[in-house]
Parts: sequence; C-alpha cells; structure tokens
Amino acid sequence: MKRPFKESDVSDIGAKVLAGERLNKEDGIRLFQSRDLLPIGYLADMIRTVKNGNKVYFIVNRHINHTNVCVNLCPLCAFGREAGHRRAFTLSLDEIETRVLASRDEHVSEIHIVGGLNPDLKLDYYIEMLRRVRRTLPGAVIQAFTAVEIDYLAGAHNLPVREVLAILREAGLDSLPGGGAEIFSPRVRRLICPRKISGERWLAVHEAAHELGMRTNATMLYGHVETVAERVDHLIQLRELQDRTGGFLTFIPLAFHAQNTVLEHEGFYPTTGYEDLKTLAVSRLMLDNFDHIKAFWIMIGPKLAQVALSFGVDDLDGTVMEEKIAHDAGAKTGQYMTKAELINMIEAAGRVPVERDTLYNVVGEGL
Amino acid sequence: MSGGIAGILTRAVQGERLSVEDGTALLASSDLLALGRAAGLVRQRMHPQGMVTFVIDRNINYTNVCRCRCRFCAFYRDEKDPEAYVLDRAEIFRKIEETLAAGGTQLLIQGGLHPGLGLDYYLELLRLIKERFAIHIHSFSPPEIVHMARSSGLPLREVLAELRSAGLDSLPGGGAEILVDRVRRQISPAKITWQEWMEVMETAHELGLKTTATMVFGHIETLAERALHLVRLRELQDRTGGFTAFIPWSFQPANTELGGSAATGVDYLKTLAVARLMLDNVPHIQVSWVTQGAKLAQVALSFGADDFGGTMLEENVVRAAGVTNRITTDEIVHCIKDAGFTPARRNTLYETLEVY
Repeated sequence: MKRPFKESDVSDIGAKVLAGERLNKEDGIRLFQSRDLLPIGYLADMIRTVKNGNKVYFIVNRHINHTNVCVNLCPLCAFGREAGHRRAFTLSLDEIETRVLASRDEHVSEIHIVGGLNPDLKLDYYIEMLRRVRRTLPGAVIQAFTAVEIDYLAGAHNLPVREVLAILREAGLDSLPGGGAEIFSPRVRRLICPRKISGERWLAVHEAAHELGMRTNATMLYGHVETVAERVDHLIQLRELQDRTGGFLTFIPLAFHAQNTVLEHEGFYPTTGYEDLKTLAVSRLMLDNFDHIKAFWIMIGPKLAQVALSFGVDDLDGTVMEEKIAHDAGAKTGQYMTKAELINMIEAAGRVPVERDTLYNVVGEGL
Repeated sequence: MSGGIAGILTRAVQGERLSVEDGTALLASSDLLALGRAAGLVRQRMHPQGMVTFVIDRNINYTNVCRCRCRFCAFYRDEKDPEAYVLDRAEIFRKIEETLAAGGTQLLIQGGLHPGLGLDYYLELLRLIKERFAIHIHSFSPPEIVHMARSSGLPLREVLAELRSAGLDSLPGGGAEILVDRVRRQISPAKITWQEWMEVMETAHELGLKTTATMVFGHIETLAERALHLVRLRELQDRTGGFTAFIPWSFQPANTELGGSAATGVDYLKTLAVARLMLDNVPHIQVSWVTQGAKLAQVALSFGADDFGGTMLEENVVRAAGVTNRITTDEIVHCIKDAGFTPARRNTLYETLEVY
C-alpha cells in the first residue's frame, strides 16, 4: 500500500513533514480540522520514530497535592476550594513527609507536588517541604509547583520570580511541571481562568526557570471553549520559547473534564477519542523542537493512552499513586497503575518500555 | 511494515480472502495504523456512503440463574443465591414501556440457563409482549435456545419455529465466546459446543431469522484461535448469509473466576480491524462502547467499524464485571459526527430510520 497520508486531505502537509520543514499556523489548523485520523497518526508516528526509536518512557512517581485551597477558583477546576470550606485541606509538613516516606519502598524516582494558591502558605513552608522531601528521599527528583504557584509566591513576598525559583532550587526543587498553561489566549483565559496569570507570564516563569538551568514541562488544556486556532497559537508560543531556551522536556496535552466544575452545565461533551489522538499527533508534528510527547493515562484512560503510542506519543507518565485534580473533575480512571501494568501495556503495543527519571535519565531498560 | 504484513493487507484491500494463517499474522503484527488503514479502506468499499449507524435498544436480563457457571462470567448466580432473581412479567412490561417511550425499537432479552424455565415460559413471554407492544424482539442467544430444546425434548428447528411464530424476530450472537473446543473446555465447559452454536445459527438463518455473531477475546485463546473463529463464522455466512453484524468484545476479568487482565486498547483495535478484513461476507462490524468506552469505540470507526451498536438503556452483564460505561444518544451522534461520518438511527435489520 502507498504511504497513507498521500491519499489524505493533508497530503501536502505530509510532504512538508517528510522534507523536515517546520509547520506553520495554517498547517496546524488544517491538521486539527481534518478527520483523516490515521494519516495524521502515521506522520506523527514517523517523527516519533526518528526522535525516540522504539522506546516508550514511563516513570515510577508519586503525586502529592498539598492543598486545595486556592484564591483563583478557576471555572475550569473542580479541585480548588475557598479557605474554610468543609472540603478544604492543607497537608502539614509532617503529613507530606509521611507520604514521601511511604513511597520509599516503591522505588519512586520522582516526587510530583502541585497545589492551590493558598494565602496561608508562605515561602518558608515550601522551602521546608522541599528540604524534607529531599532528606527523606534523596535519590528522587523533585518536580513541583506550577508557574502559577511560583508567580503567586513571588507576588506574596514581593520578590522577583527568578529569585523565588533560585531559593526553591537551593531547597531542593529540580524541575517545574507544566500545569497552569491551559490555553494562552487571553480570550480563553477570561472565560475559564480569569484570575490566573496570563499566558505571557506563564511563559516568562518557565523562561526564568530554563535560564537557571531547570528543565520544565509544558501542557495544554483542550476541549472546552478554545478554538482550533487558539490551540495552534498555544503550540507555536511554546515552540518559540523552546527555540530560545531548549528547556522544555515534554509536552503533555490535557483533556478537559467538566464534571464538578463551574463549566459543567455549559454542555461540553467529554473530549472524543479522535480529539485526544489528533491533539497528541498534531502536537508531535508542530513541536518539532520538543523531544517528548506524553499521553497522561489519568486523563484519557489507559486504553486510549496505549493506542496513542501509534499517534506520536513516546511517554505514558507513570504510576502516579494518588491523583486528586482530574478525579475531582470526574475522571473515571484509577488512581495508580503498577509498573508491571505499564510495562505490559507498552509491550503489548510492540514497543520497548524504558523506565526514566524526570530528566529522562534511564533508570531501567530491558524490563 | 514487513513485506509479509503489507502483502496480506494489500490482498485484503483488493478483495482477496484471507486464511487463518493470514489473520494470525495480522493479529501478531504491531503495525496498528497499517491494519486500521486497510480495514478502513475495506469498510469504505462496503459502505461508501460514510454512514455509521446505531439502534435505540434495551437489554432485559430476565434471570441471572444459570447452570453453566462459565469461568469468564460475573453475572450468573446459583438458584439458591440471595442475589438470584427472575423478573416478573409486570417488571418486564414496565421496562418495555420505558424503552418505547425513549424511542427504542429493539429488545434484547437474554438471561441465564434457568433449570426452572421451560420452552412454555419463553413462548408465553413472547406472545404477551407482542400482544401489547410493537417492538422488534432480538432475543435469546444459542445457549438459551439449546437449553429450551433440551428441556422440551424438541428438535432445534421446531423450537426456533415455535419461538418465531410466538414473536421472536431475530437472535443475538452471544455465547459464541471463541468457537474452538480447546478454549471452550477451559472457560465454559458446561456451555454448548461450537458446533451446536453454529447449528442454532444455521437453523435460524434457514428459518429466515437474522442473527448477529460475537467473539469474546483476550482470555486464554491464541491468536490463531481468534482467526479460526472468524473463518468458521465466514464459512457459515457463505452458506446462509444470515449474519447481519459481527461484534467483538474483550473479556472483562473483574469478579470472574478466570480473572487476569483485560485486553488492551491496541489489542481491541487490531482484533476489530482483522475482523473487518477477514469477514468479507458479513456486512457490518459493531463497536462495543460498553466494554471499551466511548473514546476507543469512536476511534474504532477508523479501524473498520461502521456501527455503534445499541444505546442500551439497561445493561447488566458487563456491569457485573465492574465496567460501567454510559453513553447517551446525543453523545453517540456527537462521536460519529466528530469522526467525520454521518450518524443514522437504524432498526435491528440495519434499515435506516433517521439520519442526523
């Protein structure tokens, strides 16, 4: 059979991809609008093979959400609570240490911590948290605090972002997760997260982190009010920053879950399988300067995440252990997956599982 | 893509018939997209109008008492179990009224092999339903039909003829599991043999009753046994033409004696695509959103499927195995449109009732 994209409505874009040309905004929009799922997957799969061969990465990690108290209370979110709400919680440093200690026997290579913007928590809480995590689990990479939390801390202490990052880094912070990016378009942010930092600010925090030598991730929350053009703009802005710094490790598209959010009754359907796979594949094609594209099985389910390995994805995240943010929004996936399950999923797709740490150092291969 | 797999796919797309060996090789391949692409081309050739259909239906499971005790099943109960039940007629009628009120056109009445329920129970049930309601009765899988034949001492053909005159319109394809003795001995030793399953279907087809065909995969069967299952269905279809659709499901292990892990998404899509490529004489391939979820079911439309199955206002058997996917008619229509196909509501015999 001929190369499938040659017979599709995106064949000219396929030719550009083959020639190694960078795709522009119009190309991105056409890819998102096309229903030719498999040809788009085929192109993304080619690029994935060039960049990562047959390897599929995963990580044994533990997520900790230290507080759900948040001053932003974004309409997109089902996790945040006002201080004093009956379901508001804030973990003490001792509780966090206990959780980290509990994961010592699980050989986690990453502790992943994100939470709300809690006005009661100051820099000293975060510094002490990082020190204790590092002390308890010296071998684990600490990936913690989204750009939104970093910016909030900077504002609360009237310090420049760069200084806050340097202080946290000194206390043990290794890497920033990619959360809070949502969609960079101001129009979209007014509707889904009006009090959250702007797209420019999010990018500036990551740029500052990259300049300090920290690697970070990038995300995009899709499947709500955004247009296809706004998705493509988001990807291009990430690509531009990556051209300047090279600091992004992985791009992770996140499917919007409406349940229990203010947006629940706006009539959003859950994202479809086509939408999830196309978003991953188009991301792979647009973000030519990103090494890794991750399908987060918590958001799209393990079955589709495995299928996504043929649509440009080379990373399945990890064991997770405990996840509150997507589950508060009605995600029906489990809270954790065992390492054996992840390995089985990857092998059943005909790929080679590679256990990595946050920075893509190989922890285990030939598993 | 290895030359071997590419060659098999090219032959299938050109309309050549695939062997058990071909099917096994395809199932063993990791080239998911190539399999999907070929199956999609075959679907396009068989259904050039780009329509994806669904039916508004309800499952009514009249009893969970079953003497078969299949090891892959989480639904059955022994007669004395506190959770054992037999629905009374008033409740069955109430469920049918609800189905009609929701625009339903099909009833899928299925249940366990209850030693206390004989042929008369089924005949009377059919007559009473038909007296009261105008609805297509797509009911009783081959194990139930054989159970009725054995308990009444009548030949299969007579049982089917009587059921038909009492109101049975068509048969669902359940109980096929894997149509191979070795597998059946291990997962469902008390269930009818594969030859008996075929005999029920062949007799039904001869009497003019259309049926579907199913496969439950992802347990102890080999890939070659999956391919053999498909070839056996294809051989019967060559003789009768009575199968309207093929529906593969993956084994759902929770709460079953067999246990283990569920088939992966990749395995489901590959199996579905290979079914489209092998079953060149079966018109429709149905996705199973109830076992795979709406997302994967929609993606399966790119892997050779052309039917979204039923809306299933009620479903109990898969739910007993811990899987609770729900989907509304609106969401089915949305999924089909989003994949670039034209959604259409159909009846059991795949006649279009409404295009969306």
